[in-house]
Formats: sequence, structure tokens, C-alpha cells
Amino acid sequence: MISLTINGKTHELDIDPDTPLLWALRDELNMTGTKLGCGMALCGACTVHMNGNPTRACSLPISAAAGAKIETIDGINSPAFQAVQQAWRELDVVQCGYCQSGQIMSATALLQTNKKPTDAEIDVAMSGNLCRCATYQRIRGAIHQAADNLGGKAK
Amino acid sequence: MNFLKRQIVQAEQNSGSANLTRRTFLQAISASGGLLIGSGLMVGSAPINAADKTSVENSAPIFNAFLKITPDNKVTMVIKHLDMGQGVSTGLTSIVAEELDASWEQMAWEFAPADASRYNNLFWGPTQGTGGSSSIANSWMQLRQSGAAARAMLVAAAADEWKVPVEEIKVSKGIISHGDRSSGFGALVAKASLLPVPQNPKLKDPQDFQLIGKNIPRKDSNDKTNGQAIYTQDILLPGMLTALVAYPPQIFGKVKKFDATKAKASPGVVAVVEFPRGIAVVAENFWAAKKARVLLQVEWDLSACETRSSNELFNACHELASKPGNIVKAEGDAAATLANAEQVIQAKFELPYIAHAAIEPLNCVVKVEKNNCELWFGCQMPTVDQQQVAAATGVKPESVKINTLYAGGSFGRRACPSDYVVDAANIAKQVPGRAVKMVWTREDEILNGRYRPMAVHHIRAAVSPEGKIIAWQHHAVAQAILRGTPFEGMIQGPVDGTVAEGIDDMHYAVPNLLVQASEIPIKVSTLWWRSVGHSGNAFVVETFIDQLAQAAKKDPVIFRRELLAKEARALGVLNLAAEKSGWGKPLPKGVTRGVAVHKSFGTWVAQVAEVRVNPDKTFKVERVVCAVDCGVAVNPDVIRAQMEGGIGMGLSAALGEAITLNKGVVEQTNYHNYPLLRIAAMPRVEVHIVPSAEVPSGVGEPGLPPIAGAVANALFAATGKPLTKLPIGDKV
Repeated sequence: MISLTINGKTHELDIDPDTPLLWALRDELNMTGTKLGCGMALCGACTVHMNGNPTRACSLPISAAAGAKIETIDGINSPAFQAVQQAWRELDVVQCGYCQSGQIMSATALLQTNKKPTDAEIDVAMSGNLCRCATYQRIRGAIHQAADNLGGKAK
Repeated sequence: MNFLKRQIVQAEQNSGSANLTRRTFLQAISASGGLLIGSGLMVGSAPINAADKTSVENSAPIFNAFLKITPDNKVTMVIKHLDMGQGVSTGLTSIVAEELDASWEQMAWEFAPADASRYNNLFWGPTQGTGGSSSIANSWMQLRQSGAAARAMLVAAAADEWKVPVEEIKVSKGIISHGDRSSGFGALVAKASLLPVPQNPKLKDPQDFQLIGKNIPRKDSNDKTNGQAIYTQDILLPGMLTALVAYPPQIFGKVKKFDATKAKASPGVVAVVEFPRGIAVVAENFWAAKKARVLLQVEWDLSACETRSSNELFNACHELASKPGNIVKAEGDAAATLANAEQVIQAKFELPYIAHAAIEPLNCVVKVEKNNCELWFGCQMPTVDQQQVAAATGVKPESVKINTLYAGGSFGRRACPSDYVVDAANIAKQVPGRAVKMVWTREDEILNGRYRPMAVHHIRAAVSPEGKIIAWQHHAVAQAILRGTPFEGMIQGPVDGTVAEGIDDMHYAVPNLLVQASEIPIKVSTLWWRSVGHSGNAFVVETFIDQLAQAAKKDPVIFRRELLAKEARALGVLNLAAEKSGWGKPLPKGVTRGVAVHKSFGTWVAQVAEVRVNPDKTFKVERVVCAVDCGVAVNPDVIRAQMEGGIGMGLSAALGEAITLNKGVVEQTNYHNYPLLRIAAMPRVEVHIVPSAEVPSGVGEPGLPPIAGAVANALFAATGKPLTKLPIGDKV
């Protein structure tokens, strides 16, 4: 039995401890906002926050997530997330949208630690998230806009 | 491409069919299935008699029931195309909303069911499907008429209710009004649906458009920014199982024998089933299936598989290209002109196989029961998939129900017969009564890729002392896409039209032109990849044009202008891109510009790339200025987004994508050895739209073809060395 704290709620899971967090979320807890892309932490579609840090759920066994604070797109609601989500909508960033859960989680993590990122800092923070539709220009713009909207409130 | 040729003919027919006939509207009525009060009312769902019905069945469909209006004033568009990111749920909805005079906020949408009698692509005859950048283009008049007919009926209902002349009634943003009286649509729908059908609904003057041409927000942004959008991967059904497949290590391999004893004993495994293309582990969840899959012991029969490596395949292509091929275009006498020319330029090009690699790996959910079958997936070709699943399961095609979901990208990959959908059906039919979600991992997706064909081009051209192209002889060699597939019937003539696509309609003025094309059979599976043949052919033509410009001692933009003097729309985008990019103005040290212009799917695009070459020979594409002429710009922001995306994806392929073979085996497996463009390499992109009143053409693909050539030409300007191979890599 492994105890996972996800979006503020504790879940007891009696499954294989080597199960990646991604599949615990999707197949056990029906939280499908976090996506499968590559299974090797190469594309970032499965990005969640573990203790506030962007983490690839496809390659993290639940045994390593036990006791940590996990947040996913399905439940995160920090001011930074709200600003990011709003900016994503204002700029109509999405195309197919499949990678965007991961993009938004990585962008939120960035703004939680860096209130006013530069283009170069955005490129570094978002380098692990692939978008085959290549919405990158709008992602960059939306992160700047979210930072502006947050003002000094990001944390 | 054959699709395109058909599209142009049909677009012309379509644009001339503004008048709605009695018969075509009856088609709509028939399709709507009568009154649907409560669950949504199809406007125009008046009763018809048997005689009318006969005539309906004999008529070619022009438009069908595309909208439902409920008493709460919600208008729901039925979207006949797959939204895989290109924005059709927004674009198609806005066309109906425009003619209906609805407010954008009251518009909702849903995917259409699989039913070619109502939802066929008008450019494809009796086939429902999405591709060839045709969604807006084929729907344009159909949906304008649909919206206008509904509006006229609502207005007539209000006039009758209020006892006022129809002409005095106004409709704006979903409110029907006369003097002090007003009503939403919902209150009038029941009455409107019983009124006579307008046979010739008046379409708006484009000057009065409120939504078309405006930057209205996407309809799918909310769901795609909160994790709630449902893709195939996200479908949850009671008792659903997950299937992973052990596929042979090479395409066209087969199972010789296998031992599933260990896999079957693995926790969570429900069944192990064999089907024509592999062995599937069916389990309670993904992780159980994945752990069991590695326990399968399979011996493969690879006797039908490719054995050559990429360098051998390129050599075979070059050998073929050096001989005469099938003539697909001949004007004047290129050979004689070349034989007598003072200055002959020649080049040999190589283009690799490339993979679609959408971030959502392919997947499909199927439930097979005795006499019916239901599917849930990002379905791009409903008619084809329905028929193929029927054949695989023994269920009648009309009993194959398809629930179309968002696709996490496709770029052509989901428009593929006899492939993943049939695999999923073949697995699910062996677990009857249970929904089975077949999931491919990234490795499965790359291994079972249907790649953009590799290609070789040999070109010789002559430039006159006055700096004009006087002859161009071109031989394109590539593997066919359609040969050996259910779409083979689309091939017209001896060669698959995708081989010389974008070359055989050479838009540059060349008096002596010979275009030859040859197919080379290779045991690798191929498919349309965003912009199909244009994806590589535009690079070949546009970089060769810069070589000729250099030979002619002319600026690349001026050289193109002279050659495009009779192509007004080409000149329009070329001049706009040149002007907005500041072509000819000084650049910072180390930065150079390159230009390319290309037409695909009826849309003209020109791009100017600014590239910085560093002292260590690495380079960065810093800025791209793009001009597009796609006729009426239905949604300018979606057009900009598609240009940005096409540029990003085209740049990704140009810089680093290649599928290579080692003794027939694909060497790439995942994103570490099949690298996609990442954010740091994305240039600033500026998109400028040429104002136009022409019938709209597509934007999903046309943004992609020019970028590789524009970047390569900027690098040519920097180094003086022409680039003739893709991918370029990270250094010049």
C-alpha cells in the first residue's frame, strides 16, 4: 500500500510500487489531464509538480512519490497557475492541445520561482516540453503575459 | 496531388452553387431525422412526403443538417471534420454563426457521427474525411447556406408571430427584433422548423461580416488548458481493458511462432491474442500490459522485409534519377536547349524519410459485440475506417459506430487505412463485449511509422547571358504513397502524383521545362506527412532557384519577381514578405536572409528567414516573416497560428529529423534519436495575410513547405555553399 498526496487529497494505492506515477494517476485515479507522450521523460507531456518542482510522471515510480506533495493539471489552483491558464486562453496558445497540460505545468513551476523570466530563462525552463504543433512562440508570449498579470504576486 | 486537382475543380463548382435548391434542402431535412425537440432541434426538420424522399435520395448532397438550436438559445454546430489542432471547430462554427447572425458566445459544437451521406467532404465525393487542407474550403458555401437558411426560417417565424413584414425584422448577435419586440432563437425554433424552407436563402454581403475576418477566440481553448479535453488516450469506459502490441521489428514482418505462457501469468493480464500484424497483450491497465509484453517470446518471419540501409537506398534512387523517367510535364525542348546552353547549373538533392511523431501516440478504443461495433478515437477518415473495421469484424458498415474525439496531432498520420484502427478492431473482436483501448508507446509509433517518403532529385538548368532561366530538366525519384493501398485508385497516370507534386505545376516562367518522375519500390511504409510531396519538393525547387539567381547574378527576390510576373497571387505574397522583412536593408553582422515562395492546396505562402551563423558554424533561425494568401481569411488568428505551426514543424524537419535504416531496420526509437524542434530553436514569426475576396483555401499545410528553402537560402547567402540535403543538422 502506497500513500500518495495528489492535489491536496491522500490516496492509498495497493498497486505495483514500480508503477509510474503517470499510470497511477490515469488508470487508478481517473485523472487523465496528465498525458502519455514518450514514456522516457523526453517530451514533458506528463509534467506534474512534486513538491513544487516540475517532474515527469511517466518515469517516476510511485514508490518515489510516496509522501511528496503532488499537483496535477486536474487540481492545481495556485495564483501562478491561474495566471498561466488565463494567458494561454487570451493568446489562444493551443492547437491540438495534447502537450499543453505539460506545458502549463512547466510554465506554472517557472513562474512560482521566477516572477519575471526572460526569453532565455523561458527557453531553459520549457526546454523539456515538446509541442509538435510548434506553439512555442505563443507559449513564450503567454508566459510573459502571465508574469505581467501576476505582477509581484507570484510565489 | 490528386486530392488537390479534385479540390480545385470542386471549389469552382462549389463557389458557383450559392443557390439552395428545394432538393438540396430536402436532403437536409431527410438527414435531420425529423423533430428533435428537447434534445435539440435541427432547423429545417419539416416533414417530407414519399415522392420528395425519392428525389432526395437521387440527388447529390450539397448541404446537410449542421446545426441544432435548443430552447436555451444554444446553437450547436455539427462539425464534420476532425479537429487535430488546425482549428476547424472554431472556423467552421464561425461560418454558420456569421450567416445565422448568432453571437459567438452562444455557439457550441460537437463532432459529427460517421455518416458519409450527410457529412462527406465535398471535395472527396462520397467520403467523409479530413485532409488536404480542405476543411474550410469544401465547407465554405455549404455552411454559409446552412446558416442563412436557418436564419431565414427563424425570421419568418418571428414575422408570423409578430404579424410584421419579414423585411422589417433584424437579427444581430442571436437576437431577433422588430421595434420594441425581441426574441432569442430558442423561443422561435419550434415554429421556425415547421415553416416553408427557403429555396434561395440570401447570403450576406462580405462587407457585413461580423465574425468572418475577425479575431474571435478559439472554441477549444478552455478544455485544452484545464486537462478536461478528451483525447482517445483519456476515454474511460466500464470494464475497459488496455492492449499493447508486440509488433515485428520491421514493417511487413509476421509472427512465425510465439509462446505467451509467461505473459499470460503476469498480474493483470486478461488475454494474449494473435492478429495479422502482431501479438497483443490485453490487460487490466497500461502498466500490467507493458510489463507482460516484454515476457512474450515471439519468433518473427522477416522474409518480406526490407534489407537495405539508407545509403544503399539513396544510391538506388540516384541510379534511377540518372536515367529517363516518366514525363509528367513537358514544355518546349529542355534537352536541346541544355545541350546548346553556355551556362548549365546542376544539382542532386537527397530528402530523408520523416515521421509524424505527434505527441499523442496512436491509439484506438473499440468494443465489438455480436452485430455491432463501437469506436472512440481521433478519427480522420470515418468512411474508410468504418468500412475497414466492418471488414475486420464482420459487422455491417452501418453498424460500426464511430465517436470522434480530439486528436493529439495527426499531420496526416491518422488518415491511414489498414493500420492502427484495424489492429485495434482485430484485437477487440477477440475480447467481445469488452471495450479495449489499444495504446501504442512512442517506440511502437516510430517503429510502425508511415513515413514521408525519402526522395532524390536531379536537376539541370540553363541560364541565358541575360540572366533568364531558359531550360529546366528535373527528375524526381521517390517511393509512392498511394501504391498498394486502398487509395491506389487515386493515382492518375504511371506515377503517384505526390512524387513531383509542387514541381509539375512549376509557377516560375521557364520556356523549356521537362519534369520527370519515377517511383522506387522500397519495403517501407509511407504516408502523407503535413503538405505531402510539397514538404520536400518546395525545398528542392526554392534552393535551386537561388542557385540559378546566383548564376544570373541577381538578387533572389528580384529574380523571383521576374519569373513570377504572370502569377499575381505569387507576387502578392512575395512582395509582402519582402517588404515586411525589410529585404535588401542592412542586417547585423553574421545575419543573412533567405526567401522562398510556394503554393500548395490552393494557398500561396512566401517566407523570409533571418539566420545568424556563429563563428563555430552553428546557426540559429532568428526571425521568419511569412505572407499568406488563402482567399477570404475566415479566422485571421487561426491562420496565423497555422503559419506559425507549419513554420515550426517544417523547421524541425529541416534541422534535425530523419528516419534512417540499417539493413532494413529503422534506427530511431523515441525523441532522443528522433529529435523534434524545442522552444529555444523557435524563431520569432510574423505572419501577414494578403487581403482577398477569393474563395477560401486551406492553411493547415501550406505554411510548412517554404521554410526549409528559406532557411537553406539564408545559409547559402552566408556560406556561398548551396545546401542539397536534409536535414541540415546543427552546423553549416
